[in-house]
Amino acid sequence: MIEVKDLHVSFGANHVVRGVDMTVAAGECFGLVGESGCGKSTVLGAIAGRVKRWQGSITAAGSALRPERRTLAQLRLQQMVFQDPFGSLHPRHTIGRALSEPLEIHGIGDREARIEQALDRVGLPRRFRFRYPHQLSGGQRQRVAIARALILEPKVLLLDEPTSALDVSIQAEILNLLKDLRQQQGLTYVLVSHDMAVVAHLSDRIAVMQNGTFVEVAPRAAMISGDLSHPYTRMLREGSLGYRPTEKEAL
Amino acid sequence: MTTVPKLRAWLLTEDFTSARHARAHQAYLSWLRFSSNPLAFGGLAVIVLLTLIAALAPLVATYDPFAQDFSRALQAPSAAHWFGTDELGRDVYSRLVWGARTTLYIAILVTVIVGPIGFVIGATAGYLGGWVDTVLMRITDIFLAFPSLVLALAFSAALGPGIENAVIAIALTIWPPVARLVRAETLTFRHSDFVVAAELQGASTPRILFRYIVPLCAPSVIIRLTLNMASIILTAAGLGFLGLGAQPPMPEWGAMAAQGRQYLLDAWWLTAVPGIAILIVSLAFNLLGDGLRDILDPKHG
Amino acid sequence: MAEPLLSVRNLTVEFPSLHRIRPAVSGVSFDLGREKVGIIGESGSGKSTCGRAIMRLHPGRTRITADRMAFMGQDLLTLPERQMRAIRGHRIAMILQDPKYSLNPVMTVGEQIAETVILHERLPRRAARLRAMEMLEKVHIRDPERVMRLYPHEVSGGMGQRVMISMMLIAKPALIIADEPTSALDVSVRQQVLAILDELVTDSDMGLLFISHDLNLVRSFCDRVLIMYAGRVVEEIAAADLDRAQHPYTRGLLEALPSLTEPKDRLAVLRRDPAWEVGA
Repeated sequence: MIEVKDLHVSFGANHVVRGVDMTVAAGECFGLVGESGCGKSTVLGAIAGRVKRWQGSITAAGSALRPERRTLAQLRLQQMVFQDPFGSLHPRHTIGRALSEPLEIHGIGDREARIEQALDRVGLPRRFRFRYPHQLSGGQRQRVAIARALILEPKVLLLDEPTSALDVSIQAEILNLLKDLRQQQGLTYVLVSHDMAVVAHLSDRIAVMQNGTFVEVAPRAAMISGDLSHPYTRMLREGSLGYRPTEKEAL
Repeated sequence: MTTVPKLRAWLLTEDFTSARHARAHQAYLSWLRFSSNPLAFGGLAVIVLLTLIAALAPLVATYDPFAQDFSRALQAPSAAHWFGTDELGRDVYSRLVWGARTTLYIAILVTVIVGPIGFVIGATAGYLGGWVDTVLMRITDIFLAFPSLVLALAFSAALGPGIENAVIAIALTIWPPVARLVRAETLTFRHSDFVVAAELQGASTPRILFRYIVPLCAPSVIIRLTLNMASIILTAAGLGFLGLGAQPPMPEWGAMAAQGRQYLLDAWWLTAVPGIAILIVSLAFNLLGDGLRDILDPKHG
Repeated sequence: MAEPLLSVRNLTVEFPSLHRIRPAVSGVSFDLGREKVGIIGESGSGKSTCGRAIMRLHPGRTRITADRMAFMGQDLLTLPERQMRAIRGHRIAMILQDPKYSLNPVMTVGEQIAETVILHERLPRRAARLRAMEMLEKVHIRDPERVMRLYPHEVSGGMGQRVMISMMLIAKPALIIADEPTSALDVSVRQQVLAILDELVTDSDMGLLFISHDLNLVRSFCDRVLIMYAGRVVEEIAAADLDRAQHPYTRGLLEALPSLTEPKDRLAVLRRDPAWEVGA
């Protein structure tokens, strides 16, 4: 579904992504983990079209993407869900307006029914469409953001830390929702997160990034059992399990 | 009897049943916040009163503002002439009432011209960035570099005296700060997630400018323009005072004050009355602007 | 030692506002000795408010009441502001989530540490510099000479947090209140900062109040855990026994957490019971 070959991204003198290759099959969930500044969000941004300057090649559903310009059809194919549910919705647009915008842009009719269906799918009451974002909780806003991404019926959902701004109990609800939606609609996910447990929960395969490159791509089972080859991956995994007093000697 | 509390509850609930309900709720909340600020409320009351006076000038005025009667020249305020008469025997009160029209006409016309110009230039510069931003902002800087009254003076002197030219001259001095404000606001939203989300959905540049960025800049621009009303009125009065604004015999507060200057010692009301009117109206616009800031500006909410 | 370092009984914090009068913290009681106690809770549970209330760091109109809030025998509630200032930053230190906001942006790291040394130990400037260097070494900064010349925006998050810790160590506090000290840090750096805190509590005989939302972290780092919900402590349990927690909220949190070691197909969704808010 998505094929990335030798992707390089530089911001000025800062070479953020240094040669990334990845292939994501249709219906797969591909996870990207790494620490801050490793380039994981930049890779996602390049696929989404948010990052506009890159070298290499990205193909989505068989059509080659260009860095600067994309067709509406290419944009419609993949939609993004952002980290911060407070910043990703326009504060002066009602939920209904936020959901009808993408439909208007793409000239899709039957908007009323589609908006109601989208709210149903993410488990929000239909009357929420008259509300403004500030009248919703963080979890509800993230549901709206997911509904907005899905309303164009994309094949691919690009998830940029979709739960890291949420509390544990809300995170569980959103992760369940994402899992269900993928099953029901056969979506392909690319998930970026710093939280290894979250990535392992959703993803089939997980790429570990450090300094702009993949150090290891491991299947979910390996991440859970700890059968990993790269020391950096092992360190990340250990770290996400909690505090290890043995670290003291490592200092 | 129960309809009022029912209506209140309907307005206050967040469980909306329609888009109209949601808008009514927002409006009611804004009204509650606004009406809890007595100064802003006072400002609004004065402006509403001014608008009514201007609209109903023929009914409110007691005399024809142009009717000269030398036998009654320079009479002190009395029951017949509430604010006295001027050197040509015209009723000052009636001229003041008709002058409200001129004042409002100038203030509204300037605002209507300046608002869209400021929006388009500021939002385009802020959103597109790059050389567009540089060119537009340098032009703005050039206009900002002149003291506004001097610029207005130069323009109305060049274009010739008259109320339309005064409006153009004032507009030329008012738009640069508005454009700068819109640009600054646009920059804060430029890279926010909801704008990026719209871009990734394929929204065009004009769509993002007018449906995403302009609504967010609108509150601060409305506040700014309201606060500007006072300085528009003062500049218009200043131009009128210098003889470059409204031309006689048209009643205009600044020109009235200027003409009365020659009789200041004998007929204080000729300058004092329009002067006080200018003061009250500018103050009212300032108070209203501050009140609007409290309810509209999310940074203060 | 019979007297605990910090003893809190029935602490209630209220922010008077037009809309709600519900207290942010209500009826919180706990003792803290020379140990690591964690406070866990979701956003809005009042965990940070608790930490600030102990330091009396709240805006003027906040109402803090308690039957008892004693630190080493001193009643923190009735202490005059002058003496409170002497305790704050000296006997009780606080570490916040982002060191960038706690460091002065226009002074180098070295100057700021030396400033603190001069304030506390009344050393001459040259000696203060050496002492500052020593403090940085204590928090395992490898190249203290270089770090001392940096401005706060030039140091990474983990480094900044270590600088903050080194600064508060100069005063030799008896109690550290750490409010999400590692939430802004990467996994690798987090371990180091925690190890430093751990070492300090064990070696220097301090108490640590560790406020966090991260269950795994608190479970593995702290000795004892308080679980807060809607301003109340719903459960207090030894960190090692967290898996055997009784309260439905604690259990719900544990089950909602995705786990690397015990993968679940679906995460349990927390069903909130209004009874928890009134203290069941």
